[in-house]
Amino acid sequence: MQRSSNTNILDRPLGRGGGRGGDGNVSLSAFAYLYSELVQYHQGRVASISELERRLESAGYGVGLKVLELLAYRSREAKRETRLMSILHFVSSSVWKALFGKAADSLERSIDHADEFMIVDYEPITSTFVSVPSDFGQLSVDAYISGIIAGVLDGAGFTARVTAHSVTMEEGEKPVSTSSSAASTPLPRKEKAVFLVKFAQEVLARDAALER
Amino acid sequence: MTSTAPTMLFVIVGKNEPLYEAEFNKAVGSAAADSVSRQNYFVLHSALDLVEKAAWTTSNMYLKVVDKVNNQQVSTFLTAGNIKFMLLHAGRSEDAIRNFFIEVYELYVKLSMNPFYKFDSPITSESFDTRVRALARRYVS
Repeated sequence: MQRSSNTNILDRPLGRGGGRGGDGNVSLSAFAYLYSELVQYHQGRVASISELERRLESAGYGVGLKVLELLAYRSREAKRETRLMSILHFVSSSVWKALFGKAADSLERSIDHADEFMIVDYEPITSTFVSVPSDFGQLSVDAYISGIIAGVLDGAGFTARVTAHSVTMEEGEKPVSTSSSAASTPLPRKEKAVFLVKFAQEVLARDAALER
Repeated sequence: MTSTAPTMLFVIVGKNEPLYEAEFNKAVGSAAADSVSRQNYFVLHSALDLVEKAAWTTSNMYLKVVDKVNNQQVSTFLTAGNIKFMLLHAGRSEDAIRNFFIEVYELYVKLSMNPFYKFDSPITSESFDTRVRALARRYVS
């Protein structure tokens, strides 16, 4: 199919889904294949587990920056987030909805540390089709998503360190199936993904000053 | 007393350095015009501190006029990623400038969707430059 367009990219409408037509969705299997290739590509080139996680994070960082600008523009409101809680809500609802089709399952504040927050997702698409062998230790391939979160927060001026952890789900804690998603859950998961967000000190200081 | 339209300076500033600069209505040739250009750059850069201060007090992207020097004013627009669009002008209507900024913002978002464009790096695209100048002619002069 020939698609030689003479129009400049700056002239084409931004629209929903970037001109694919329809609702701008990409098939889950296409993404899963692409992502598994991405992971395997890096796996063959790194010397350690943490290096692999770092590479996945930096791959997601660029996505986060672009998603931030795109979603802010699409909302047509000409407003930016200046408070900590509002940017966290923006990440856990708007960013999640735009990327994964549903809001994050929960946003929590850590009791022990005032600068730590947790975003929980029961079914992150990056690790749904990935199995980590036991000799890889604590590797979480959701490092890509934590890179996205870090990109969004950093771009907006809230520098933070974001890490992904797989936490075993407690008894009776089951993912609520949303009626809007037509995809059936492929495998019952035993672990949920928790993204730990730790903000830099000056961000907290600035936010406290704005409180007054 | 000149009757030519006053020069306006538009700069896009990232976290560390200017990413894009454009002068509009520049008077051609004369030596006086050059020193005016340099002074314009100076005024715009000195307004950066005021922009930083104002940035966290409001959640609006359009910050209106942040600095006044002689008869010139600096208007600013902040994107969601804290990239600053700054325009040095001699009194244009706020609405016209706001519309100009919003149109440039749309161009900027389309440019940043390019996977090869690194965030916060200088903008070298010629088509971006042409379109910004066309927008300036339409909205602010």
